[in-house]
Amino acid sequence: MNRFETVFERPAFIAFTVAGDPDPATSLAVVQTLIRSGADILELGIPFSDPVGDGPVIQRADERALCAGATTDSAFALVRDVRRESDVPVVLLVYGNTVFARGPERFYREAKAAGVDGILIVDMPIEEAEMVLAYATETGIAPIFTVTPTTPPERVKKIAEMAGGFLYLVSLSGVTGRRETLSEAALPLIQSVREETALPLALGFGIATETHARQAVAAGADGVIVGSAIVEIIERHVGDVEGMERELSDYIVRMKAAVVGSVPVDEDQNSV
Amino acid sequence: MSDGRFGDYGGQFVPETLMAAVTALEEGRNAVCQTQEFRDELSFYLKEYAGRETPLTFCRNVSDDMGCKVYLKREDLLHSGAHKLNNTLGQGLLARHMGKKRLIAETGAGQHGVATAIAGAVLNLPVEVYMGETDCKRQQLNVFRMELMGAKVIPVKGGTATLKDAVNEAMREWAASSEDSAYILGSVVGPHPYPEMVRDFQTVIGTEARRQILEREECLPDTIIACVGGGSNAIGMFHPFLQDDVRLVGVEAGGRGSAPGEHGASLESGRPGILHGALSYLLQDDDGQVIDTHSVAAGLDYPSVGPEHSMLKDAGRVHYESVPDADVLKAFRYLSRREGIVPALESAHAVAYLIREQDRFEKDDVVIINLSGRGDKDISREVVHEQI
Repeated sequence: MNRFETVFERPAFIAFTVAGDPDPATSLAVVQTLIRSGADILELGIPFSDPVGDGPVIQRADERALCAGATTDSAFALVRDVRRESDVPVVLLVYGNTVFARGPERFYREAKAAGVDGILIVDMPIEEAEMVLAYATETGIAPIFTVTPTTPPERVKKIAEMAGGFLYLVSLSGVTGRRETLSEAALPLIQSVREETALPLALGFGIATETHARQAVAAGADGVIVGSAIVEIIERHVGDVEGMERELSDYIVRMKAAVVGSVPVDEDQNSV
Repeated sequence: MSDGRFGDYGGQFVPETLMAAVTALEEGRNAVCQTQEFRDELSFYLKEYAGRETPLTFCRNVSDDMGCKVYLKREDLLHSGAHKLNNTLGQGLLARHMGKKRLIAETGAGQHGVATAIAGAVLNLPVEVYMGETDCKRQQLNVFRMELMGAKVIPVKGGTATLKDAVNEAMREWAASSEDSAYILGSVVGPHPYPEMVRDFQTVIGTEARRQILEREECLPDTIIACVGGGSNAIGMFHPFLQDDVRLVGVEAGGRGSAPGEHGASLESGRPGILHGALSYLLQDDDGQVIDTHSVAAGLDYPSVGPEHSMLKDAGRVHYESVPDADVLKAFRYLSRREGIVPALESAHAVAYLIREQDRFEKDDVVIINLSGRGDKDISREVVHEQI
């Protein structure tokens, strides 16, 4: 039984940050705060020089991390640090060249040794995933794939057959980043993908507020992924770790509550 | 149908958000590009509008100097001043057939952006061009040219604010708007079907050159030389000669030296990696982070190369070499003085290679250089007066 199965027994809150943003020490503090405040799954992006799938907020996080010396090794080290204190499932979000440069076999082996549970390769659709699938199976690391509003139903089925852990539903066409309202495509997407697979469905892209999170869960999402809104908080507090931890903690606690539905939240208090 | 692979290279390494767009493009291309209607339309625009065919010019003075017969394929005389228009007219027409309402493009030096602006103007499609902020400053005249023809130029601030970042941004915009927008990629790079499609639109260069040289010399050339950044002019020139006994040479940007960050010679110094949707030779560090590039020619300032070139390199069919900036500037001035033809700094790489390697040619050897663009954009006090 992998770590994901227990997590999705109730709606899960999935928190993303870039490994090494804004620097190695602060990044560890960020990750600890996310977990302590209630993140059910930790998603760690390994920074890449050319993140075509990401909007400006995460692009800047990648740049900050790389400038501060982040590497593939330091991302694995961060996972090991997490593992010393927590059993929270860890998913790596990486670009294909990060895996290719190290060699898929070595990358998966080292990820496994560090304690990684799932790997999502942003620019590796199922057609190109053959080079990594054997190693995912061998190491037991879940191959996580994305489904978007433009993915046709027959393709959703194929993706679901290859995927493990959960399906990452991209709520809109485009790149990561906060949006004012949850994409209109998000809710029908959850419903239509649900018909094709029994895998847990986690909705991401453009989710920032408690209202977004509640809408997603109400529509049937098993998990809600928040990235850019978290990274914005980090960016606002570069150089002020205490303030960063405080605001992150407040935010995560509120979002988590919205996801699990344990605390009724006034519709008007959704600003981050 | 093609699988989009050139040996191990190529592929469709794009986020799922772009899969529907590349699939639709592939289907559109298969449905449209082979039809007689499309071919007639494209050849009308290439001939009546863009000025094809371009001459194959025998250069007496350069031939005397080099000790062999030197011909230039004159893509510099194509409307817009560079080969890029062959591709943008093709992709623009395809976009119109596919019912797209807008063209988006990336540009480095601005040549492809200008060619897209031209295609958009003549085909009545609005154009948005993504251009690195650094390049906008370096190539202001081309920004004005694009704006004059109605295109909107969007400066890109991220990364190194050069060509690769402009591609990143154009791909992001395409992911958000592919339903009504066509992404007009400027070279034989990117996810399938771009490397094949752009090659097919540029192959007109080699097809004409082959016919022209057979008419003039009654034999095939011994050597063909072309510059390689992404590699679209080179592949367009080489492709019709791949099965022949012709030595093919691709010349990369040697820049200021062989240290990382000082050049753009991805085939000579890179190793296979994934960027912008394709597996190909790539300038990268041990972790796979893409390394900055440098070239005096902005059009060669790109860290990767078309996947077909990677295959041709491994197969040994095309020889890839590089020449440094200093030799390129000399070649730029040399061709201007000796033939009254000002080459683009990109194309001057091919000339510089000939000058360096002239001793390997015999008197009756026939050499074709693909003069992919004209150099008006590169004329400055520093360049002319040998201050750089």
